Order: sequence, then C-alpha cells, then structure tokens
Amino acid sequence: MQTYLDFQMKDDVLIVNIVGDLDHHQATQAREEIDRTIEAFKSKNLILDFSKVEFMDSSGIGVVMGRYNKVKEKGGEILIIGCSKYVKLILEMAGIFTIIRYCESLNEALEKFQAMEEQREVSGNDK
Amino acid sequence: MINKIKVEFLSLSVNESFARTAVAGFFSELDPTIEEIAEIKTSVSEAVSNAIIHGYKNQPTGIVTVECSYDENRKLVISVADNGVGIENIEKAREPLFTTGSSEERAGMGFTVMESFTDHVEVTSKLGEGTRVLMIKRLDAGYEL
Repeated sequence: MQTYLDFQMKDDVLIVNIVGDLDHHQATQAREEIDRTIEAFKSKNLILDFSKVEFMDSSGIGVVMGRYNKVKEKGGEILIIGCSKYVKLILEMAGIFTIIRYCESLNEALEKFQAMEEQREVSGNDK
Repeated sequence: MINKIKVEFLSLSVNESFARTAVAGFFSELDPTIEEIAEIKTSVSEAVSNAIIHGYKNQPTGIVTVECSYDENRKLVISVADNGVGIENIEKAREPLFTTGSSEERAGMGFTVMESFTDHVEVTSKLGEGTRVLMIKRLDAGYEL
C-alpha cells in the first residue's frame, strides 16, 4: 500500500490528508513531512483528515499527539476529521478526543477555526 | 489444529505491512468479518512493531517469527516472537500509556490495542533472549448456507 500525504492550505489552516497505511514504518515519514510543512507554511492551525486511511495501528496515536504538542506550542489548534470506526476506536483508547475536537466534515472544521479566529479578534479589540 | 503457517522475516519496519497482510491472508479461508480482519491486522501490526522497535531496538538484523494456526472451532492462535533484548517488567510494559520509546513519539498503547482486539494475550520474555506474544481470538460462527 502506497502511503502519502496530501497538503492543502486554507487561510492559516494546514489540511493534511493522510492516504494509505499509518503504521510504525509510515509514521516516521508522516511525522517529519507534516512538521516540515508546518514550518514551511508557518501554519498555525492544523486539520488532520483520516478519510483516506486504509489501516492504522497505535502508531497513529503518536503522530496525532506529537502534532498536537507542536501546534499548541505556537498557540494554534488542531482538529480531526474523516475517521472510520476503527481509526476512531484506536484514537479513543488513548483519550485523544478529550483534548482534540472531532468534526464531521472539512467544512465544519474550517468553520470552527473561523469562529475561533473571530472570537480571538473580538476579545483582542476589548483590550 | 487444522492449519498452520510460520513466517520469518528481518526486523525491518517495512515488513510490518507484509506481516499483517500475510496473517490476514492465511485466516481469510475462514471468512472472517471485515471487523475481525481489521482487529487481526491491527493486533499483528502492534506485536511486530514492538518486536522491531523494542526487541531489536530498530536494528534491521533480527529475525521476527510469526506463527498462526486455527482449529475447527474457529479459534485463531497468533504468535509473534523475537530473539531481542527481552522485557524487564512485563506487567509494566502492558500498562496503557507506558512506553520506553520516548524519542519516537510512541503512545504506549500497543498491548492495550492487542488486548481489546483479541480474546487473550500472553507475553513470555527473558532478558537477553527475547519475547513471545501469543494472541488467541475466536471468530464468530460462520453462516451456514
């Protein structure tokens, strides 16, 4: 199974589409590539799209946790979309959804980021 | 036991996908459900990754041995063994979120995943000699046509 990442930038949100298998072998590469792209585009917010993931084991948890820490460090947020029942189950085992919100669609995730941004602007004007 | 296979391969991470695909292929004879196949593949992937990362410390020169069998009661037995460093404290290693592979962003959830996706997980290990993970899973009764 060929595994690759598809990147898309919408405003200041980097959308990462993971295609194929996310196991220990692929996770190392995925991790490095996502981090490099975050740096290159100076993206603050991240959406991880799992809809094209064919297989995932607990290595996926590490990838998500690592990116969460990285994005949080820079004051950004991370949202997850497109999980199959299995991907969701594995992420749930590690309690991922207690710290990262799950959205049903890309639009919902983008809207959430927009709402967060607007809220930030409003509270910024108050000061 | 009515059927059995034994597969040996080098401790290269690229072989993780080969291992789970081979095991799933072997059991496909029993017509497992899509869920059961996903559970088997994930459990094998966890055990093989553990052997490579922890057993052989990511050195690509070790041998990982995977043995699978099934019987007339649709009981599957999967054994994943390495001749690596062994586990010092098995009980601790099986705890959720416990990991020694900090530099690699390991979540420490491998055994938890194996335990939830199979019926029984048994770990035997000896320091300096290696580790064997034995998993037992009973498939749902097949449909009689």
